[in-house]
Amino acid sequence: MDINAANQIALDRILGAQPALVGVAPARDVIPGMRPDLILHAGPPVTWDRASGPLRGAVIGGLLFEGLAATEAEAVALVERGDVRLAPCHHHAAVGPMAGVTTASMQVYVVEDRGSGARAYSNLNEGYGKVLRYGAYAGDVLARLRWMNDVLGPAVADALARMGGLDLKSLIAQQLTMGDEGHNRNRAGSALFGRLLAPHLARVGLPAEALEAVLRYFADNDLAVLNPVMAACKVTMDAAHGVAGSTVVTCMARNGTDFGIRVSGLGDRWFVAPAEVPVGLYFPGFSAADANPDIGDSTITETAGIGAFAMAAAPAIVKFVGGTPAEAVAATLEMYEITVGENPTFGLPPLDFRGTPTGIDIRKVVRTGLTPRVNTGIAHHRPGVGQIGAGLVRPPMACFEQAVEAMAEALGR
Amino acid sequence: MPVVGIVRRSAYFDSVALMLAQREARELPGVEEAGVVMATEANKALLREGGLAFPDLDRAGPDDLVVAARAATLQQAEAAVARAQEALVRRRETAGGGAYRPKTIAAARRQLPQARLALVSVPGRFARAVAAEALDEGLHVLLFSDNVPLEHEIELKARSRAAGLLLMGPDCGTAIIAGAALGFANRVRAGRIGLVGAAGTGLQEVTSLIHRFGAGITHAIGTGSRDLSEAVGGVTMLQGLRALALDPATAVIVLVSKPPAPAVAATVLAAAAACGKPVVVAFLGAQVAAGGNVHAAVSLEDAARQAVRLVGGGDPGPPALRGLPAQEAARLHAGARYLRGLFSGGTLCYETLVLLRPHIGPIYSNAPLVPEDVLDPVTRSRGHAVVDMGGDEFTQGRLHPMLDPTLRLQRLRQEAADPETAVIDLDVVLGYGAHPDPATALAPVLREVREAARRAGRYLVVVGSVCGTDEDPQDAAAQREVLAEAGMLVEDSNARAARLAGLVLEGRGAPRAAWTPSRVAPAAVPPPWPEVGPIASLLAGRPAVISVGLDLFTESLQTQGVPVVAVDWRPPAGGKPHLMDLLDRLEA
Repeated sequence: MDINAANQIALDRILGAQPALVGVAPARDVIPGMRPDLILHAGPPVTWDRASGPLRGAVIGGLLFEGLAATEAEAVALVERGDVRLAPCHHHAAVGPMAGVTTASMQVYVVEDRGSGARAYSNLNEGYGKVLRYGAYAGDVLARLRWMNDVLGPAVADALARMGGLDLKSLIAQQLTMGDEGHNRNRAGSALFGRLLAPHLARVGLPAEALEAVLRYFADNDLAVLNPVMAACKVTMDAAHGVAGSTVVTCMARNGTDFGIRVSGLGDRWFVAPAEVPVGLYFPGFSAADANPDIGDSTITETAGIGAFAMAAAPAIVKFVGGTPAEAVAATLEMYEITVGENPTFGLPPLDFRGTPTGIDIRKVVRTGLTPRVNTGIAHHRPGVGQIGAGLVRPPMACFEQAVEAMAEALGR
Repeated sequence: MPVVGIVRRSAYFDSVALMLAQREARELPGVEEAGVVMATEANKALLREGGLAFPDLDRAGPDDLVVAARAATLQQAEAAVARAQEALVRRRETAGGGAYRPKTIAAARRQLPQARLALVSVPGRFARAVAAEALDEGLHVLLFSDNVPLEHEIELKARSRAAGLLLMGPDCGTAIIAGAALGFANRVRAGRIGLVGAAGTGLQEVTSLIHRFGAGITHAIGTGSRDLSEAVGGVTMLQGLRALALDPATAVIVLVSKPPAPAVAATVLAAAAACGKPVVVAFLGAQVAAGGNVHAAVSLEDAARQAVRLVGGGDPGPPALRGLPAQEAARLHAGARYLRGLFSGGTLCYETLVLLRPHIGPIYSNAPLVPEDVLDPVTRSRGHAVVDMGGDEFTQGRLHPMLDPTLRLQRLRQEAADPETAVIDLDVVLGYGAHPDPATALAPVLREVREAARRAGRYLVVVGSVCGTDEDPQDAAAQREVLAEAGMLVEDSNARAARLAGLVLEGRGAPRAAWTPSRVAPAAVPPPWPEVGPIASLLAGRPAVISVGLDLFTESLQTQGVPVVAVDWRPPAGGKPHLMDLLDRLEA
């Protein structure tokens, strides 16, 4: 088996994917294997006893939202008795930012690869402040989730139906030329998203107040497009998964306790090591001592070659990498050293429209000692406090070393 | 005395950077000893022996940097540790240039698409992978690294030969390609003489003398010290010979080496005879059968003279000595009998042995002409002794004497104090990569030891030569002046310094000894010529360079205005052997 040839196939599949946002629907109706007693979460598998604060809070919130429990204690008891099951989003073609908790009745984005018809899913973004994805589950958090489920989701679903879907690959390409890197900065992409939806939202039959609330959601939420972008990255990387002999990473995800990766040619195995605490800038009143270890499926953006890999495109957030645009460019240049190829669709203006570094090769990571860069939000380690900063993190090298060992074994070398 | 030490995890620095930082720390007031090393078991043992043990030292591993200092006060020790760390960072920044330092040759090539050559100076055990990556990228390679296993050299040269690429090295210290001085090399006038050499300071001496005699060079191609061994078969020398034979700017070719393996010498001489241009062959210590277009030289100076004459550069004049041997010999006291040579250039050391052994008898050395002349222990001279201070015995964990004169100065005091010492012979090597002002470092010690001898009622003859040109950063003329003022009889070449030493000692009635150089003659049939198309394009203009390893060489190229991008090289897989092995298998 020629590894380079296998990686070329994986790269071709990444470059060939055509993700489009085609709908919004309840998870139980669309996500394969979704059940009322199943709670999806970010990252590799984790047991309740090892789950971090934000993830625990989000699971409790999910159970309250579903009406499976009436109190925090009941929710915890349900999980501890095994009456509900935890599983990674990634095991169900889904991704979710931060805790990533997705339950059966939640509305989720449906993203389809127009070429293959394959699909991936992601929950709706709640915006800022006290939110479920950071482990908050107070009444107002749940009330907002209900509004999103009852009003926002169906309205976007109807608008998308009128539009015939929305081309996410093109949207990502545009946002990269507008100062976004697609992970920590999605201001331009979210503006585009709202702009494309708005005329159709106007015609889905909402009363004026409801329409205003929906439009305000897009006006206020710079992260609105993050979740569909993540699902687009997920369907793209799923296309590249399962190429025998390929050493391309198809998934990187964290659950707040562990960081896990999967590799195209190594099946469903996770290669896992303890997640690290991001290095970054903290909101006033918080410090690294408050931070939870790295959490969320949003690393699917870096896996697909955007996010920190496209840092050169996002001068507005260069403070995270040292403060100068030159350092942002250097961050992207570094990632070319560990990737198989470039994505010409995602041209980076500061690099003369060179395509984003795409297709992380575990061999190159281990050889160079350069782990992938990840831009990320930082969660408080206590459930419900929310986001306390943003910054940079790198996956543990051990994940990639284990994967190299497994690949050598798999190929009998 | 207080010892301060720190460990920085997973921080790789090249050995020269480490040693320069160490030297800087040692020079601070109150500092008795300082160590800046990667924490290998051997280095940790050295630190303990040097009284630099500290609590965290035991837990440091080979990927970790250790900085330790012992000083009169705690503050001074702390200051030394801080200075060393600062020096390491400063070095890395100056070598960086732009904001991004590429980590691989492929990425460096993207930054410098016109690059034609990679200058590789990583530790020897990593050299094969880096050189192979460069060859895969279509780059010619100068492989400075030593301690590269022979089988790696054979494999790399098979690849480079098949690709028509030049692989200079391993253990190639010197090359000049279209005016770009690579490694340790001098600034030499452009002209019509092309050289191929398996001996670094041999190339430096011949090119510098060509310059001195008013002519100039096209290229000086290094081959590495083992190229002319039976196992390697002269791959690089044959490529270089062919490329220079086809190079329209080259009129005369010079080949420089210690004695090659007989079969390889025969092949190379047959190729030289068939190459179509005059070839001067300086195989030091071998007697070359000349004839036709092939001219044999008995010394490095002789090679330079013949080449200059052949190129029509006029007569460099007779090789007259500047010193007066009889007069010097007359000043020596009765017990002074022996030559003591302390060399920084390996080939200059070897040439001295070759030229003097027939005249003054056995000369003990750490690099002897014949095995029975080995100097053991190398730290104590006996009889006539000529020491290669650049030998492995002296450079483990230390800078080469061309860069750091400390050890040679110590040894100079030791030899001068020996009443049996009559003549001291020294080389001073200039050029890019060498010490910025070696004469000024040497002069006070020369004065000191001559004065001490005088007070003891003895006289010391100090002979030597400066290998370099007036255009070198150190300026050879100025260096000679400083040395002459300090009492050295500065001859115009290494060979002449040896001759002067020999004449002084012959006057002392030293015994002659039979020593016959090996005879080499061309093979009946020349070898098939290698394909050298890509080498011809390399020689067509000053190359842009990708430098992997020592920052020193990157800085030297920057000084020369040669376009260069430095790879921010680290040992692969963090130096973990198990993963390096797995990666190699996954690349195969």
